[in-house]
Amino acid sequence: MIEEIGTTAEGDLVINIGPQHPATHGVLHLVVTLNGETIKKIEPHLGYIHRSIEKMCESLSYRQFIYVTSRMDYLSSHINNHACAMCVEKGLQIEVPPRAQVIRVLMDELTRIASHELWWGAMAMDLGAFTPFFHAFRERETINDIMEETCGARLTMNYMVPGGVMADLHPNFQKRVKDFIALYKSKISEYDELVTGNIIFQGRMKDVGFLSKEDAISYGCTGPIARGSGVSCDIRKLYPYEVYGQVEFDEVLETRCDSFGRYLIRLREMQQSIRIIEQLIDNIPGGDFQAKTKAVLKLPKGEFYARAETARGELGVYIISEGGTTPYRIKFRSPGFSNLSALDHMARGGKIGDLVATMGTLDLVIPDIDR
Amino acid sequence: MFLKDYITDIYKGVKSLLIGMRRTGYYFTHHKEIITQQYPDNREELNLPTRFRGEVILLHDENNEHACTGCTACELACPNGTIKIITKFDVSPEGKKKKALDTFIYHLELCTMCNLCVVACPTDAIVMAQNFEHSVYDRSKLTKKLNKPGSKIREGIE
Amino acid sequence: MLSFHSITDSIDSWLNHTFSPTVALLLECTIVAIAAIALFATLGLVLVLMERKVAAFMQIRMGPNRVGPKGMFQSLADTIKLVMKEGLTPDGADKFLFNLAPFIVMIVAMLLLAPIGFASGFQIWDINIGVLYISAISSISVIGILMAGWASNNKYSLLGAMRSGAQIVSYELSAGLSILSIVVLSGSLQLSDIVGAQSNGWWIFKGHIPVIISFVIFIIAVTAETNRAPFDLAEAESELTAGFHTEYSGMKFALIFLAEYINIFIVCAIGATLFFGGWMPLHIGNWQSFNHIMDYIPSSLWFFGKTFFLIFVIMWFRWTFPRLRIDQLLQLEWKYLLPISMVNLLLVTVMAIMGWYF
Repeated sequence: MIEEIGTTAEGDLVINIGPQHPATHGVLHLVVTLNGETIKKIEPHLGYIHRSIEKMCESLSYRQFIYVTSRMDYLSSHINNHACAMCVEKGLQIEVPPRAQVIRVLMDELTRIASHELWWGAMAMDLGAFTPFFHAFRERETINDIMEETCGARLTMNYMVPGGVMADLHPNFQKRVKDFIALYKSKISEYDELVTGNIIFQGRMKDVGFLSKEDAISYGCTGPIARGSGVSCDIRKLYPYEVYGQVEFDEVLETRCDSFGRYLIRLREMQQSIRIIEQLIDNIPGGDFQAKTKAVLKLPKGEFYARAETARGELGVYIISEGGTTPYRIKFRSPGFSNLSALDHMARGGKIGDLVATMGTLDLVIPDIDR
Repeated sequence: MFLKDYITDIYKGVKSLLIGMRRTGYYFTHHKEIITQQYPDNREELNLPTRFRGEVILLHDENNEHACTGCTACELACPNGTIKIITKFDVSPEGKKKKALDTFIYHLELCTMCNLCVVACPTDAIVMAQNFEHSVYDRSKLTKKLNKPGSKIREGIE
Repeated sequence: MLSFHSITDSIDSWLNHTFSPTVALLLECTIVAIAAIALFATLGLVLVLMERKVAAFMQIRMGPNRVGPKGMFQSLADTIKLVMKEGLTPDGADKFLFNLAPFIVMIVAMLLLAPIGFASGFQIWDINIGVLYISAISSISVIGILMAGWASNNKYSLLGAMRSGAQIVSYELSAGLSILSIVVLSGSLQLSDIVGAQSNGWWIFKGHIPVIISFVIFIIAVTAETNRAPFDLAEAESELTAGFHTEYSGMKFALIFLAEYINIFIVCAIGATLFFGGWMPLHIGNWQSFNHIMDYIPSSLWFFGKTFFLIFVIMWFRWTFPRLRIDQLLQLEWKYLLPISMVNLLLVTVMAIMGWYF
């Protein structure tokens, strides 16, 4: 029990939510000061799953370090790998073949859908409805099967390599993706029936965890959290990479600024991802899936930065190279960390139930925060 | 007016709840929608994709020959130090010394199945196998020797 | 036909014939106690398995299917596991109250069993204030939960217990009012009279709209009173880990767990008795031949069928809905259920006086 918190007044209750707690989805530790049921203060304690990934990357070559980043935000591991590969390509000025670009975007969007599926189920579970969790897994498993067939793994694929992708698409890929889209579209009404339309759910989400546009910017929130507050911050739109500039999709924005807004953003983002996949799946250009690269990659001396839009927000990869085969320093700007910092602001004054609902909409992946 | 709002609230709320119950009721009565696989029972019909990465194996043909030249490209490519290659020198009948594989040590307990060693291999000697049931009672059993006893390099592989 | 009524009568006459009346009464009490405990044990096993299967099918999975045929002995295996586990008492807990609480919860559930009629003429105690007895005893269960939460010396438990206190006290009102509407219609507090009043049709059909409203209110209120989702704030897994029974383990946890299921059974039995005629077969007015055919189905089957249907409905709620927040929970009671049930009671009273029911 932690007692030494400055603002604890007589009669306040300090409870530890986490590091082992069903609502934190990992080893996040929140020290919550309560007055009755009302939250007075939240202090996140980090570091329970800190594996010093940034330091580890310094001793790995530019081909090797990419696989480690799958273990940061494991739900969007493709996008993490993608951002790293892009940063290395920027340094080496490698032109990625068009086929590889399209494959990368397809994989990114499938990952985004899979990640949002899991978030949807887990968030419903946070609010006490267990059934949606299993229903979400039905669609998510289909994506995982597609990934397994093409990339060889279900979660930590390590499919992106500097210069393209590791292997060509599996012959079944197009058919299975189309099957998935059909499945997803046939099940889309379930999301509304089970969760979105439910009066209890709406009561739990509406006007809870308010985050104004100004606060979202000043806390450095990105991704669905910032877009839920009306901040346009989609890297795919603002700084298009790969073929994102050529496909049509909307940046989903909500001005509700509450948990329900952030919830709706993710549901609509899944549909935008489906839209992107539908545009690309029949138009995969031929050619190489990987650019010709040297056996040993050496980045020139200098600093390189690449960013990508993961399922949780903006991921930045910052590499400082001294010209050797390994990076001198790597820094990841992870979306979860900045999003978590707004939690205290959002949940203050609410009830414990609101904290759980707000935390659910933040879609926290703890290894992404700790790294 | 207040009463009308009050009753519409109740009506809408109850309706939304009933819609949810209809959905779960549908799944309760339609057992063919069940998607779970009965894992240990379905081992026979469990078809993993050929690209699935379960463990690294060294391919041997029917003559107990492999394609590994002992070049250690995989050892260098591995980010975790999973592979250790011990080489020896074969002496050919003409008396020429040639580097060859002595022992291919593979630490499964360190492997993250990243596939980098397979990509790095110039002679396609190693591949990823689909076996994923790796649990053993003793950790030392996870350290494997991949080249079979008495195996040698295939003719013509440089 | 061999009915429960004749069995109990013959046992009673045999005992009175063989022993003195006092000994016979004591022996009968022992038999009843053993029968009640045996019923509890079986109910616990059956209901836990039923819950897991219902949940599984709603969640498109199989549920327990390894222990025994179709997983039938799963809950037995779980019970054995729980018995073997160590029952920890946390340091700093009020040891006496901590160990007492599961028994209080359990005893309350047992006491509630007394006035329920399981079959025609098969009832432990046909007390003439049966409904009053039930609503009085069921209020005690909150004491057990408060005791468990307070004595655990755990903040989660304390919060859970406080929530539970607020919840049960408020929902008792609307549960009581909806029960009252049946009492008004039947004109009796005795459960056997209430069942008897439904011999020409169950109240849910005879009393049409007002009784249906009070039935809906009843089922919501008892779901809240038994701390079931969507009103499981006292446990609220994702908020308070396990709420008031966070610190319980082993058999003490099993008792609390069992009491939850027994409570569900009992409230559903009460609901079935009040609204669906208890053990009374489906009778429609004066259709003598139809009523006669229905009488061939044993009355105990009718009772258990109705009860298990209501239990299924409550489980259906649990596996469909998200949990409410504490203020929404109280809002639902005080702003919706209570006013509606009050107006409804008035309606039922008018209906009973004017004879506007079938």
